[in-house]
Amino acid sequence: MKKIEDAQIIQSVRDLCIEANCCINPDILGAIVTGISIEESETGQEVLSQLVENAEIAKNEGNGIWQDTGMVICFVEIGQEVFVEGNLQDLINEGVRRGYEEGFLRKSVVSDPLIRCNTGDNTPAIIYFDIVPGDLLKITIAPKGFGSENMSAIKMLKPSDGIEGVIDFVTETCRIAGPNPCPPIVVGVGIGGSFDKCAFLAKKALLRPVNSKSPLSHIAELEEVLLKKINDLGIGPAGLGGRVTALGINIETFPTHIASLPVAVNIGCHVTRHAEVIL
Amino acid sequence: MIKLTSPFDKETFKTLKAGDIVTFDGVIYAARDAAHKKLIEMINKGEKLPFDIANQVVYYVGPCPERPGQVIGSAGPTTSGRMDVYAPVLLNLGLIGMIGKGERNSDVKNAIIENGAVYFGSTGGAGALISKSIISQEIVAFEELGPEALRRLFVKDFPAIVVIDSQGNNLYEIGKNKYKRD
Repeated sequence: MKKIEDAQIIQSVRDLCIEANCCINPDILGAIVTGISIEESETGQEVLSQLVENAEIAKNEGNGIWQDTGMVICFVEIGQEVFVEGNLQDLINEGVRRGYEEGFLRKSVVSDPLIRCNTGDNTPAIIYFDIVPGDLLKITIAPKGFGSENMSAIKMLKPSDGIEGVIDFVTETCRIAGPNPCPPIVVGVGIGGSFDKCAFLAKKALLRPVNSKSPLSHIAELEEVLLKKINDLGIGPAGLGGRVTALGINIETFPTHIASLPVAVNIGCHVTRHAEVIL
Repeated sequence: MIKLTSPFDKETFKTLKAGDIVTFDGVIYAARDAAHKKLIEMINKGEKLPFDIANQVVYYVGPCPERPGQVIGSAGPTTSGRMDVYAPVLLNLGLIGMIGKGERNSDVKNAIIENGAVYFGSTGGAGALISKSIISQEIVAFEELGPEALRRLFVKDFPAIVVIDSQGNNLYEIGKNKYKRD
């Protein structure tokens, strides 16, 4: 067994919260810069240039790229040979608490969805555990803004709806989202599994680099078709009209039941963020 | 570029057209979901609001905390649609401008036209950049709401664009239709 110290886990999570919120991921920044050359609308080009400038200010001054520094979604892969003394869930939440306080990040979590009292420290995080072989502990922190989360959708399609049904649903979800989620957006799609699994896949899809392609050829093709469809909606940067509505789309799939074709669309804004560490 | 300086007046706002680029100088108020809910509750109880809303502009924002020496943390617009349920009441009380991002519903559009008000957009996602144009801030009410407290912001060259003008023209529709491909 390999023992990982509690303090190291807390410190790592703290650092990841700050890093993810203040340093834009290079793939996203690259896609925005590429977008400036593709964009036909002058206003759109101006908006994209502002986003590049904004990312530089955030990094240089240690400010959030975006004031919605999100609710923390945390993906943990824990090796079967790893031993952690403390309660791993508590250690992660302590890291989140310190990261949001010491990083001057916004506290955006309410303790009860109906009573709605701010917890004051951005906890709890939403944590997914995955047990894997080996002696490593991998922690990914993905702070998620909810302006874009609110525009996400899920639908249980019928097998007969097929690929056309998937294309229509994903495109329509992005059309309805319109200017609300701070376009240019990043689109995560889950296809297959069950109601819950496909939503999880859509969330996980947002962790892939925005310019990556699915290793499955038919899915990579679908990603390409959908990206064109979404960008043909004309919504454009900040929703003011233009060519660059989405920076990219990632699709994850899983086997499903003979009766169903679940599809989930998780929309991320252009500061779709994540940072990871392997201990 | 059109400069709008507080105190704002309805006559100037009525001349603005969807797509006009503007900057704000002077005082605007920061309020989002929870502060709006509280304001409406006060109105319903017949209580006096913590600020005189006539001819004011509200910015839908919940900023990050400021680092030592900073005025304010990252402070970009939040999605305006969540305030749709509250906005017509405030417009009818004399609010003349709202700054945010995203679509408004038909009730808000109608209240904008009826009251000669304007809906402005600021760049969603440029929170760190926008914070540079906020030169001071103070909490006016609802401090317990943390990032959602009602704040008075003093701004200089605060950038925005007219999205829905007082005639009801909508830049989101105009822009999308121009670049849409079937």
